[in-house]
Amino acid sequence: MAEGLLIEGRTGDWEMVIGLEVHAQVISKAKLFSGASTRFGAAPNSQVSLVDAAMPGMLPVINAYCVEQAVRAGLALKSRINLFSVFDRKNYFYPDLPAGYQISQYSQPIVGEGDIVLDLEGGATRTVGITRLHLEQDAGKSLHDRGPAATHVDLNRSGIALMEIVSEPDLRSAEEAGAYMRKLRSILRYIGACDGNMEEGSLRCDANVSVRRPGEAYGTRCEIKNLNSVRFVMRAIDYEARRQIEVIEDGGTVALETRLFDSEAGVTRAMRSKEEAHDYRYFPDPDLLPLVLDQAWVDEIKAALPELPDDKKARFIGDYGLSAYDAGVLVAEKDVADYYETAAQGRDAKLAANWVTSELFGALNKAGLDIAHAPVSAAALGGLIGLIADGAISGRMAKDVFAEMFETGKEAAAIVEAKGLRQVSDEGAIEAVVDRVIAENPAQAEQCRAGNQKLAGWFVGQVMRATQGKANPKLVNEILRIKLSG
Amino acid sequence: MSIDNATVAAIARLARIHVPEDDRANLARELSNILTWVERLGEVDTEGVAPMTSVVEVALPRRADAVTDGGAADDILANAPQRDDGFFVVPKVVE
Repeated sequence: MAEGLLIEGRTGDWEMVIGLEVHAQVISKAKLFSGASTRFGAAPNSQVSLVDAAMPGMLPVINAYCVEQAVRAGLALKSRINLFSVFDRKNYFYPDLPAGYQISQYSQPIVGEGDIVLDLEGGATRTVGITRLHLEQDAGKSLHDRGPAATHVDLNRSGIALMEIVSEPDLRSAEEAGAYMRKLRSILRYIGACDGNMEEGSLRCDANVSVRRPGEAYGTRCEIKNLNSVRFVMRAIDYEARRQIEVIEDGGTVALETRLFDSEAGVTRAMRSKEEAHDYRYFPDPDLLPLVLDQAWVDEIKAALPELPDDKKARFIGDYGLSAYDAGVLVAEKDVADYYETAAQGRDAKLAANWVTSELFGALNKAGLDIAHAPVSAAALGGLIGLIADGAISGRMAKDVFAEMFETGKEAAAIVEAKGLRQVSDEGAIEAVVDRVIAENPAQAEQCRAGNQKLAGWFVGQVMRATQGKANPKLVNEILRIKLSG
Repeated sequence: MSIDNATVAAIARLARIHVPEDDRANLARELSNILTWVERLGEVDTEGVAPMTSVVEVALPRRADAVTDGGAADDILANAPQRDDGFFVVPKVVE
């Protein structure tokens, strides 16, 4: 374990042990066991079938596409696909769970062990274990703020397919937990199994956190529920680990409990715990037969998976000569990777990477836009990069041209022509200007020839001014050096 | 297997059924009898036999991913003791 990951307490060093349980909403038109729509934001209870409302006598029928999505996610997480899996009932009472049980998978999930590669600070990577992925139903939504004494229940979400993805307790810092969330989100978005929208609740995270002395056995863990942004996951974990260290260093013991993160106060708080520990009494759902998959079908799905972030990153490093860090940034979102490849096509690939990650990202960020809505198309940015590489415009001028492209949506070449920005790389023309400037300043030229280096720079400035900044600075330097050499 | 009064109380609580203290001993005896009877199944040697999931050889039926249901909020809410603006309304529950 890297020294840097240890936390210093009053009585020595501590190590965090973190495992994450992520609920990812499956992208599908209909729910996991009914034909009701999954569309977000519809009028309350307008997307509910009698199955979702748990009316007596209704039977669940599984959505084949949701099964396929879970298998795709399992394959993308390099996990074992279980050809035989079982649906169980997880029993508990809550107003937004009309059946009194959630259909889930307990001892025989559809996906078993696998792993995921985290992209860390500075281009480093670390592999973390996936324990399992299983399919289950989402619950309805309870609103507690629409009346002082009442809870309002909307069952539109009830029955939507979720993938619960459980990691091994392999994470050792809030940064690693953040990297895990980002990578999982990236993979699920690449394969189109989940949109990864944390604000709308398509991706939710529960974090299991404990601390221990380095090398010792696991400590008692606390589970922090319902974290709905990567930032909150990281802040909650940091707070919780420090809280536990303080409890232990003060001579207390950490209680096994469920906690909630208060994002405004930045603290975790114990949920009011009932005396009876949760006892879900799982048993196989008698309404559903085991789910049996065909290996040939799984192989077909595997063959049809798109290029995944890790493979794309390796290709960007190998084919384009990018650094691990730049490649990691560019492949995190498929849209960005596609944009980059179009812009870099037939151009200087490293220059293109710099333009996408600095100028383009900066401008998008400032304008509050995502890459899909970039006013500068990938091909247009490629055009600008081509002009820089050809020496038609300087890198300095290119920034101004880019700003105008972003503003107006015009092509780089059109802006350069219209404004007469084309860089002068004609040696004869530059030489003529250099000669004139030298002739106009004989005294300075004399001093320069005598070895006054400061004046060499002054001459460059004079030539650039005389050409309204359009002269190719490299050529100006070269010609001046020849003309002013003693 | 024998069930004690505390277990009866725990099961009742999980099922949200109110069982008065006086009835628990009786229920404990009845439940114990049932379990003892069921336990006779344990005499059968099931080593290496997979649990039976169905009496007929059929695969789990699957549906296509198509919206075929919904749009019936009034039917869904028909039995609700209280409703408001399309929502079910229940006594406040905040965990």
